[in-house]
Amino acid sequence: MTITYPLLVNALIAGLLMGGFYAALSVGATIAFGLLDIVNIAHPTFAVIGAYAVFVLNRTFKLDPILCGLLLTPVFYCAGMLLYQVYHHFFERRGDDAMRGLAFFFGLMFIAEVALIMSFGVDFRYVHAPYITTTWNFGAIALPLRLAVPFAGSVLMLLTLELFLKKTFIGRAIVAVAQDPFALRLVAVSPVRIKRVAFGIACASAALAGAFIIVIEPLQPAVGREFIGRVFAICVFGGLGSLPGTIVAAVSLGLVENLATIFIGASWSPAVAFGVLLATLAWRPSGLFGRS
Amino acid sequence: MSNGRFLVAAAAVAAIVFGIAAWLNVDYLFFAGYVVLQYVVLASAWNILGGYTGYMNLGISAFFALGAYTTVALQIAWKLPLPATIPAAAIVSGLVGLGMGYLTLRLKGIFFAIATLALAVVTETFITNWDYVGGSAGAYLLHPKRGPWFGSYSEYLFLLMLIVAAFSVVVAHAVERSWLGYGFTAIRDDETAAEATGVPTLRLKLVATGLSGALMGMAGAPLPYYVSFLEPASTFNLAYAVNTIAMAMIGGTTTWLGPLVGAVLLATVQQVATVTISSEINLMVVGVLLVGFVMLAPNGIVGLLRDRLRL
Repeated sequence: MTITYPLLVNALIAGLLMGGFYAALSVGATIAFGLLDIVNIAHPTFAVIGAYAVFVLNRTFKLDPILCGLLLTPVFYCAGMLLYQVYHHFFERRGDDAMRGLAFFFGLMFIAEVALIMSFGVDFRYVHAPYITTTWNFGAIALPLRLAVPFAGSVLMLLTLELFLKKTFIGRAIVAVAQDPFALRLVAVSPVRIKRVAFGIACASAALAGAFIIVIEPLQPAVGREFIGRVFAICVFGGLGSLPGTIVAAVSLGLVENLATIFIGASWSPAVAFGVLLATLAWRPSGLFGRS
Repeated sequence: MSNGRFLVAAAAVAAIVFGIAAWLNVDYLFFAGYVVLQYVVLASAWNILGGYTGYMNLGISAFFALGAYTTVALQIAWKLPLPATIPAAAIVSGLVGLGMGYLTLRLKGIFFAIATLALAVVTETFITNWDYVGGSAGAYLLHPKRGPWFGSYSEYLFLLMLIVAAFSVVVAHAVERSWLGYGFTAIRDDETAAEATGVPTLRLKLVATGLSGALMGMAGAPLPYYVSFLEPASTFNLAYAVNTIAMAMIGGTTTWLGPLVGAVLLATVQQVATVTISSEINLMVVGVLLVGFVMLAPNGIVGLLRDRLRL
């Protein structure tokens, strides 16, 4: 196959746009993993649950899918707070959270997946929105809106989160809880309450990411599994808990994946994320923006 | 129980199990029993690393599938029979386990878990692109109707897996009671303290990953003959991982007995549920039990029984 200039540019654009979406999908996991020490391996599956909820809302009320995702964030926020409470009660408090906590989320992931299969079947589902089928063409260069709109949404979401973490009291407390939960108690802030809020936010981000998933591609219950590797590759590569790192890592991954697809072949691209992850873990475990 | 006596006891139990199964001589029993035994091997193998040492391997399917594909490759290349490919599978998966451990075991446990997940996808991609063993189209390995010695081929596969299962349980028991096992436990309880008191933690962890991987490879080796048609997507299915982990954790992870109990119970329930209800409900049952046990009974069935007996 000859690699033409427009092909390359289109691959780069698609990679950049996918990277933005990957960042939105990973941000919840990186908050939970990097800042709260909760390895929520089920995060991509939570996003798939969000995507199915968006599908139902879109079909029933004819609402825009991304608006549906936004409407779902309070529900996911509350569910996340509840889930954190359960996690805290059974794992964190006992002090042996890492292993059993991981097994807990691993189990939850399969429960959610089977529940989705039983209620929606394994057919591919998709939503209706005018921009999904539209592509803007600039000569030979194409800008598919089904990728561009989630990209814009992702960028907005990450900017909001970054501002929240940097400027508000709760946001700063979330960053602080990662560094020293005891110090937080000295200034009369409950680390458990802060972590609950943070985990709620992480889960709320899954609702929006779910809306992006179903806008980008048709949905089926097991799709969450395909994202686990990418999400954790981005978390680790970006340096845990760092939002700028998450964006850089996600966009690099999107670009590398798309380049790998055109230069090596699509069948090799799943290994790219994991290759990056393994290499990062082996040689620079603190990631690009890690606090060592 | 000393290792010698345990070996004799395990062989006796295996002989009795085979005797009863051969006496009943129902082909479906061999077919379903094979899966139960396969999970006995997987759960015992996973537990050597996950239970004794405290490092969670989520990439079970990688080691298992590598075992299966070793059989395919050796069958295509030299037409080697199954009893020869099982040790070969152990070597291949064991070496991959060792390499995996070497790359990641200097990190915290949780990174190891994520890295193993990555390993599963990387190996799956390699196998998918390796046309010699069928690639993404899969490979057919048709077996004769009769076993090489006696009975049906299912009976033969059942016997082989029974031997591998007994072997794994014996290995798990021997490791648990040796200086290796004590080292593993020290690592699980406090790795820094273990290192400080002179436990060679990295070397021990490498032994654990290698051994655990090798046993998983042995569990996978007969799979191509069992399913007749092997393709990457289902061989590398994440369901193998959740089943195995659930079985070990439900049984109890600190002894050799836990994974055995968990695997026999859960895999039997799964076989019954698959026939009577549906195969989706299987995964649901496993997920619910796993979540329930890690929350409410973190020491598993064996732990519950032990507490009850002490009271």
